[in-house]
Amino acid sequence: MELFFQQLINGLALGAIYALIALGYTMVYGVLRFINFAHSDVLMLGAFAAYFLAPGIAKVLPPHSFASALLITILAAAICAIIGILIERLAYRPLRNRPKLTVLITAIGVSLFIEFTCQHKAVFRSETRRFPELLPINDYHFGGLVVNSNDIVVLVTTIILLAAMWFIVQHTKTGTAMRAVAFNMQAASLMGIDVNRIVSFTFGLGSALAAIAGILYAMKAPGIDPLMGIQPGLRAFIAAVLGGIGNLPGAALGGIVLGVVETFAGGIPGLSNYRDGIAFAMLIGILIFRPAGLLGKATVEKV
Amino acid sequence: MLEVKNLVVNYGAISALHGISLQVEQGDIVTLIGGNGAGKTTTLRAISGLLKPKSGEVIYHGQNITRLPAHKIVAAGLSHVPEGRMVFANLTVLENLKMGAYLQKDKAVVANEMDYVFSIFPRLKEREKQISGTLSGGEQQMLAIGRALMGKPKFLMLDEPSLGIAPLLVKTIFEKIGEINRERGITILLVEQNANLALEISRYGYVLETGKIILQDDSTALRQNPKVKSAYLGG
Ligand SMILES: Nc1ncnc2c1ncn2[C@@H]1O[C@H](COP(=O)(O)OP(=O)(O)O)[C@@H](O)[C@H]1O
Ligand SMILES: [Mg+2]
Repeated sequence: MELFFQQLINGLALGAIYALIALGYTMVYGVLRFINFAHSDVLMLGAFAAYFLAPGIAKVLPPHSFASALLITILAAAICAIIGILIERLAYRPLRNRPKLTVLITAIGVSLFIEFTCQHKAVFRSETRRFPELLPINDYHFGGLVVNSNDIVVLVTTIILLAAMWFIVQHTKTGTAMRAVAFNMQAASLMGIDVNRIVSFTFGLGSALAAIAGILYAMKAPGIDPLMGIQPGLRAFIAAVLGGIGNLPGAALGGIVLGVVETFAGGIPGLSNYRDGIAFAMLIGILIFRPAGLLGKATVEKV
Repeated sequence: MLEVKNLVVNYGAISALHGISLQVEQGDIVTLIGGNGAGKTTTLRAISGLLKPKSGEVIYHGQNITRLPAHKIVAAGLSHVPEGRMVFANLTVLENLKMGAYLQKDKAVVANEMDYVFSIFPRLKEREKQISGTLSGGEQQMLAIGRALMGKPKFLMLDEPSLGIAPLLVKTIFEKIGEINRERGITILLVEQNANLALEISRYGYVLETGKIILQDDSTALRQNPKVKSAYLGG
């Protein structure tokens, strides 16, 4: 029983990170109808931004303090928001009215470009670096249950961010405009909505979430490297499809389900090597039995 | 108020408008009638900035708006209720109306416009919390018009508001269009295949055929025109 709860907490923490990343995939898909494969690399850039910011921030705020961790995270999120906006502006916007396959291939190109540039010896190099401890790490014991402080940070941060996202998308003018643009770009422009600004906002928001997810992921991982985004990025992409691509609560749910299942599967002897296989098996199963995903609605072709 | 000069629009190699010109005076209701595929929708989309014309000019209040993006043209006071209504089916009625007032910063003005829209279309008030995709065709048309009014336009373009709507509702909607013009002083350019209705409500009309304006006259005169009678008024 204790093992069960232990695994559940581990799974929720992992799933929470997938959920944050999946939101970025699903938001961009909702507005522009393609998968931004470079999203996983923005996550990596978020972790590296924090890595390089930490020593500087340590000069103004006490290291390992909540304030310094918060400041580092906010700055890294802002940097990645700008990077995400630039990627869309430079790589995707010129192709806005081209076939989606063209944009999709471009997205893969952008992803490979970032990964290989960052591995270059003049940039981050390909080796793994130790990620700084942004917050003191403690283990809390509840009976036989051990909860790592990082997992609590991950869960609390995710809950706050999911609530904030829900508020932005459902209850602000810009969020409503995002949903309007997602439904029909031309009709949105007839309302006076500057569609390009909404698209930029979407990329900025998704990239900021990816940066935070990257930092949370790095806090739990042994280290960071330029290819660190690929694994969680792929899982989060699966999570987004699992939940119903384009559907925000679906992405959050898909991430959590995937994280929990993966963790439990990893705890079963003999199955731990098949984590990716299990994730894909779930994806295939969903695509067969519920093609629109867990929370997705059957798509009505737009006329 | 609005002047279209020699507008040419192509879709790839196909030419949809071969140089059309028309004028709408302030306070007027002008109609553009024509059969299916004549180029009526193309004309409105080119005026509102959804399509880039190959050549020609659109002058609005003396300002050349031909190359402006659609959202800037809305900001100038020109609103377009597109063919097929295009309400945001994933948003509620209220959210749709709020999007119509996207550029309006003053909350009191928005509330005022909302009251006006609800006063002419009380049905929308009853359904304000409903997801718009579940409205009937006629209700969606009311919403599309109401949404356009939320932006306080000075000039309103309507693309076939009668399309696919129960006859009784069509009558209501056309009455409201007249009311909007009289009470709010909003100038209207109305595109219709239903020439009978359109010529009844308008003062002046243009007849479009395969991308060319073939006739233009006062609506009362057009209704008597033998050519219009046989081609568009059913004999
Ligand atoms: N997106 C498009 N691509 C190619 N041709 C189009 C497109 N939209 C309209 N057309 C063509 O342009 C002409 C005018 O169409 P349209 O303006 O929709 O006519 P109407 O609104 O009068 O029915 C038609 O021949 C139509 O087939
Ligand atoms: Mg048409």
